[in-house]
Amino acid sequence: MARYAREVAVVAFAQSDHLRRTDELSEVEMVMPVLHRVLAATGLKAGEIGFTCSGSSDYLAGRAFSFTMTLDGVGAWPPISESHVEMDGAWALYEAWVKIQTGEADTALVYSYGKSSPGSVRDVLTRQLDPYYVAPLWPDSVALAALQAQALIDAGETDESALAAVGARSRADAEANPHAQLRGPVPQGDYQVRPLRTGDCPPVGDGAAAVVLAAGDLARQLCERPAWITGIDHRIEAHSLGLRDLTDSPSTRLAAERAGVFEAPVDTAELHAPFSSQEVVLRKALGITDGVAVNPSGGALAANPMMAAGLIRIGEAAARIHRGASQRAVAHATSGPCLQQNLVAVLEGDPR
Amino acid sequence: MSKEPVAVVGIGQTKHVAARHDVSIAGLVREAAARALADAELTWADIDAVVIGKAPDFFEGVMMPELYLADALGAVGKPMLRVHTAGSVGGSTALVASNLVAARVHRTVLTLAFEKQSESNAMWGLSLPVPFQQPLLAGAGGFFAPHVRAYMRRTGAPDTVGSLVAYKDRRNALKNPYAHLHEHDLTLEKVQASPMLWDPIRYSETCPSSDGACAMILTDRAGAARSPKPAAWVHGGAMRSEPTLFAGKDFVSPQAGKDCAADVYRQAGITDPRREIDAVEMYVPFSWYEPMWLENLGFAAEGEGWKLTEAGVTELDGDLPVNPSGGVLSTNPIGASGMIRFAEAALQVRGQAGEHQVPGARRAMGHAYGGGSQFFAMWLVGAQEPTS
Repeated sequence: MARYAREVAVVAFAQSDHLRRTDELSEVEMVMPVLHRVLAATGLKAGEIGFTCSGSSDYLAGRAFSFTMTLDGVGAWPPISESHVEMDGAWALYEAWVKIQTGEADTALVYSYGKSSPGSVRDVLTRQLDPYYVAPLWPDSVALAALQAQALIDAGETDESALAAVGARSRADAEANPHAQLRGPVPQGDYQVRPLRTGDCPPVGDGAAAVVLAAGDLARQLCERPAWITGIDHRIEAHSLGLRDLTDSPSTRLAAERAGVFEAPVDTAELHAPFSSQEVVLRKALGITDGVAVNPSGGALAANPMMAAGLIRIGEAAARIHRGASQRAVAHATSGPCLQQNLVAVLEGDPR
Repeated sequence: MSKEPVAVVGIGQTKHVAARHDVSIAGLVREAAARALADAELTWADIDAVVIGKAPDFFEGVMMPELYLADALGAVGKPMLRVHTAGSVGGSTALVASNLVAARVHRTVLTLAFEKQSESNAMWGLSLPVPFQQPLLAGAGGFFAPHVRAYMRRTGAPDTVGSLVAYKDRRNALKNPYAHLHEHDLTLEKVQASPMLWDPIRYSETCPSSDGACAMILTDRAGAARSPKPAAWVHGGAMRSEPTLFAGKDFVSPQAGKDCAADVYRQAGITDPRREIDAVEMYVPFSWYEPMWLENLGFAAEGEGWKLTEAGVTELDGDLPVNPSGGVLSTNPIGASGMIRFAEAALQVRGQAGEHQVPGARRAMGHAYGGGSQFFAMWLVGAQEPTS
């Protein structure tokens, strides 16, 4: 595999329990136990990590430079080589992966977190829309996802009962995931914004996740069965919804091509599809066939901590490889309205 | 395995001003990006990926604005990364972009940083509400003034050193057409008589609040070979972070800054920075940070930085010119300020700094810091391709 200069693997993954509210916890109190767990899994100390990168949003934290506080959870003393993206942690992982590819680091700690409970996340997310022409109308994230869902139904690609089945399957699978926020049967409920019902929408909650990356033989020392990142790429689409075909995700498809998804079959797909209808779009873009385990963790419909849910998809796919339940998995993360920006990673275990 | 050498082949800035009422946020960033492309004689199609940085999203009131800016920056169908590391972000953003080329993930990358501070009030945007911060801290100056005072006590520097820095940087800015402040009638006496804002920092010793953007085109060895203008080569780059507050933290000369500089010098093979580096663009938002960083970065022994400033060593015609562009004291679109430092260092070694060119500059340093003197990003660029 000569796609990249170095072999890099996910060697450990940890996440918090994802909860509707964590009023008694600051972000750093939420993140720190997760960091301790992920480092303990590798036996590494914070000071032994070559590069640290995090992802979070000031708009969720409600204060500027919010990531400076969570850095306290890392224990950045003596000083560390560190960076931060105002993006989902999946992109922090990408930055860390690039750093390892340069040869400047052999290991990386990646973490991300988000607390949606202090505000109305539906309203908060309207602030990431075009500030001149769209944001003043305050179209919320559920309304925009509903536009996408309706476009899919109009195109004959799905219907309301099929969407309901996506939610039901996700939460049934989440029964085996102790960290998930919604586990087991959830009433499909009323329309939130037609055609999306409560069951088609992700739970709103707080949570954090962390991953350790390592290169080459070090990865083999730190992890019995490393989840090798054999491909990773991300692409963005136009922001204006009017410029996009909402029933498709060309950015996901292109990222998948670049990451080599289509070069061999996958057995697992962890897709960051906060809304049931978005799973339909992603299955099409990634060419997911029957027999592939889609979101065995329950996915974002079972737990959707903002800024962390994408990183969790990579972590869940890797953890499945770690425990021998997957040989080749695709993990996906998204950002922006209606799947505007997408990251795709291929994770593989050593042949057995 | 060796890294791919990274070259800066295009640089573009906006004319930095207090308020760009004539352009949207998208218009502002596109202006800088288009100028960088024109400088490199490249087109949008030549760009493989875009790395953008800015300081807190609250400054413009847009959450994760890179989503909305994808179109304006020609990023549709391409990878786009958004970096945020507080005041150091402009430098960090350039380093993330540089790593994409160094790792051979991409060949040619557009990197850009901006701030449109006229959309809000940055000083109060940086003054966190209780209980995050004590009341009446009033902006970054309130945070940094006690550390300046600590420096003065520690070194015995005379009170006038800060005004010398401010007067020098504002005069340098007169030679830089992109600088925000062009104070033609400024005198040293006026600086010293300006109102005291955060004792010991006077009004004329503080950075302005600017709207502006800065962009660079980074490329690999093959890209540099095609470049019609001289390239600036990246000889070293590093980031270091430490916590905001902890027992034993040295706010005057933070360990993270020392470690970051040492890493850059090691990569670049620099053993005597004072002698081997021809120009420095350092992040000096309050005048006294020039002597403080001169020590932190190893250009002067501890306690000696102010003597270089006082002796005129850091003047444009001194033997270690610091902030020939006028620096942050003359131009401060916060998220872009670090990248402007990096880009100005590159302009110097490309020989394209115009009136504020340091004659014969071969190696120049770009420096940025942020947060509570805790995030550092630096690079060293040279006129020659690195040998190692």
